[in-house]
Amino acid sequence: MKSDNPTQTNGAVIHMDGIRKTYDTGKIKVEALKGVNLDVKDGEFVAIIGPSGSGKSTLMNLIGCLDTPTGGTYRLSGELVAGLRKEQLAAIRNRRVGFVFQNFNLLPQITSYENVEMPLLFGGVSRRKRKQRVEELLERVGLGERMHHKPTELSGGQMQRVAVARALAMNPDILLADEPTGNLDSSSGGDIMELFQELWEGGRTMLVITHDAALAKRAPRQVEIRDGLVVRDNTNGSPDLMSDSIIQSTD
Amino acid sequence: MILQLFMRASRVQKKRAILTIAAIAWGTLALLLLLAFGEGLGISLQNAWAGMGTDIAVIWPGETTKPWKGMPAGRPIRPRIADIQTIRLRVQGLTGVSGEITSWRTTLTHGDKTVTGRVKGVSTVWGQLRNQIPVSGGRFLNPLDDAQRRRVIFLGNTVAENIFGSDDPVGKTLLVDQVPYTVIGVMIEKMQFGAYSGMDADHAVIPIRTFHAQYGRDRLGNIVLKTENPVHMRAKLAEVAAVLSSKYGFDPADERVLGTWDTVETGKIRNNILLGIKIFLSVIGVLTLTVGGIGVANIMYAVVKERTREIGVKMALGARSQWITGPIVLEGLTYTLLGGVLGLVMATALILLMSLLPTGDSMALQALGKPTLSPSIAATAAGVLGIIGLLAGYFPARRAASVDPAETLRYE
Repeated sequence: MKSDNPTQTNGAVIHMDGIRKTYDTGKIKVEALKGVNLDVKDGEFVAIIGPSGSGKSTLMNLIGCLDTPTGGTYRLSGELVAGLRKEQLAAIRNRRVGFVFQNFNLLPQITSYENVEMPLLFGGVSRRKRKQRVEELLERVGLGERMHHKPTELSGGQMQRVAVARALAMNPDILLADEPTGNLDSSSGGDIMELFQELWEGGRTMLVITHDAALAKRAPRQVEIRDGLVVRDNTNGSPDLMSDSIIQSTD
Repeated sequence: MILQLFMRASRVQKKRAILTIAAIAWGTLALLLLLAFGEGLGISLQNAWAGMGTDIAVIWPGETTKPWKGMPAGRPIRPRIADIQTIRLRVQGLTGVSGEITSWRTTLTHGDKTVTGRVKGVSTVWGQLRNQIPVSGGRFLNPLDDAQRRRVIFLGNTVAENIFGSDDPVGKTLLVDQVPYTVIGVMIEKMQFGAYSGMDADHAVIPIRTFHAQYGRDRLGNIVLKTENPVHMRAKLAEVAAVLSSKYGFDPADERVLGTWDTVETGKIRNNILLGIKIFLSVIGVLTLTVGGIGVANIMYAVVKERTREIGVKMALGARSQWITGPIVLEGLTYTLLGGVLGLVMATALILLMSLLPTGDSMALQALGKPTLSPSIAATAAGVLGIIGLLAGYFPARRAASVDPAETLRYE
């Protein structure tokens, strides 16, 4: 019997049990995830590492409700995600989860302000509150001066900070970042890492996919994915193993 | 806002957007012009047919073709002037019934000008039945003219012009086969399609009793009648046949005795043909517009494809589907309506220009009529445009809503 009782998830904000994801491309079936078990507690900072094609991004999409698993159970704060309607998934993405992407995914035709405003618009926030929130967020990521610039007029680091501000707009519990420093120089990447550190210390649950050893080490917990399975889950980090997997995944 | 939308979409496909709007404008123009021509044709046909009279019937007495009560076939039946009074008394529900006797080659002389033409003796109600409207300053025959056998004459406008030129004929004396008559009125110029003994513009009309007095002819060439309710025309015609049958002795079912032109009946057929023409014209118009609509749908599909990433990002940020589909539908509708307004402006201008063109004396141009934009046409066009616009946005919007965000946002 299905139950939404949170006690079943042992207090985890993310609870995944035997999660599978198969892509059916017609001729061949690709098994991206082959049964992932993962529990993330509220306020944890988890780095997800692993080589290309290991299924990291697929896992991220499932956690963020951008996609639904083909097998297994996924509970987000105790709520069973399978069986939710399209509109309900949209509401979860709007309120519960913030996404940060490697290639920023800002809309190029509109200003930083309008980009950050977008989730608030979808969330039905009033114009006055939107203005207040967008200005507060852009100040916080240090772009108060660049509010009315379009993304094309910003540097990579600035674009990613706009994207982080956008991800935080609806004040979600969980921040998901997929290679957030992948397109940035080391200095800008460092800024983003600082920002993540602050956000985590502020109590947010952080999940970061990364190849960046430095960023991975900042996370108190590293989960390594390989061939669609969790092969390592180090709660306090083991530097040797870590660097090993990083070398493998960056080649 | 419309311009903003346009500029935004058109950044990449300006040429395509312009062509699409032009296609919609052209489609709207075609639809409106075709409908307007249909409307104008209908109005002009209706006017032209009303020229002879609205919902009247004309009867020609003929010969019997069946034996009846011992009498052989082949007897001519010729009702008299007095029978009109009988019909009037016996058949209820008639607006009017009139006899008509024609003198085909009559000389009409005024001063040194003589023309040969048709003169008809008619009852006074004939003017009403046959739509003989006098030019102001004149009048049609009245009952006193008939009762007193006055020598008064009402002229068709062509006859009047041939004899009097640009002078006003009213009050002047006209010799009808050498007998002096006073001109009491001239018929206003009118369009006339239906005729059974020439155009009304070419004849002259005198009271039927005056006619009888001058020519000694009592037998009616035609009977013209109109019912109070056109629906009863067939029944009333049968009653008239029964009245005449009992007097002259013929089989009322013998259709050759009383040749009948029932304009109520022929009007129905005419209206059906007109309706057919209108439907045909609107189908062509709607098809032309549909081609434009397909253009809009096409451009919106391209827009959706172009914005796949944008749509994916919006979905990731939690946009519900109406946030995705709404702008697409709105944009498709905007293109369509923009083209529609353009088409409407062009159609209005063209129709205005055409109404300024003189039709001259060309019967064909007159018959074609003036294209007319009626409110019902505007409503039809707006409805068709709205539906096409919505459809042109709906299908691309559906595709937009089916974008898989996970697929779209995958690192390129």
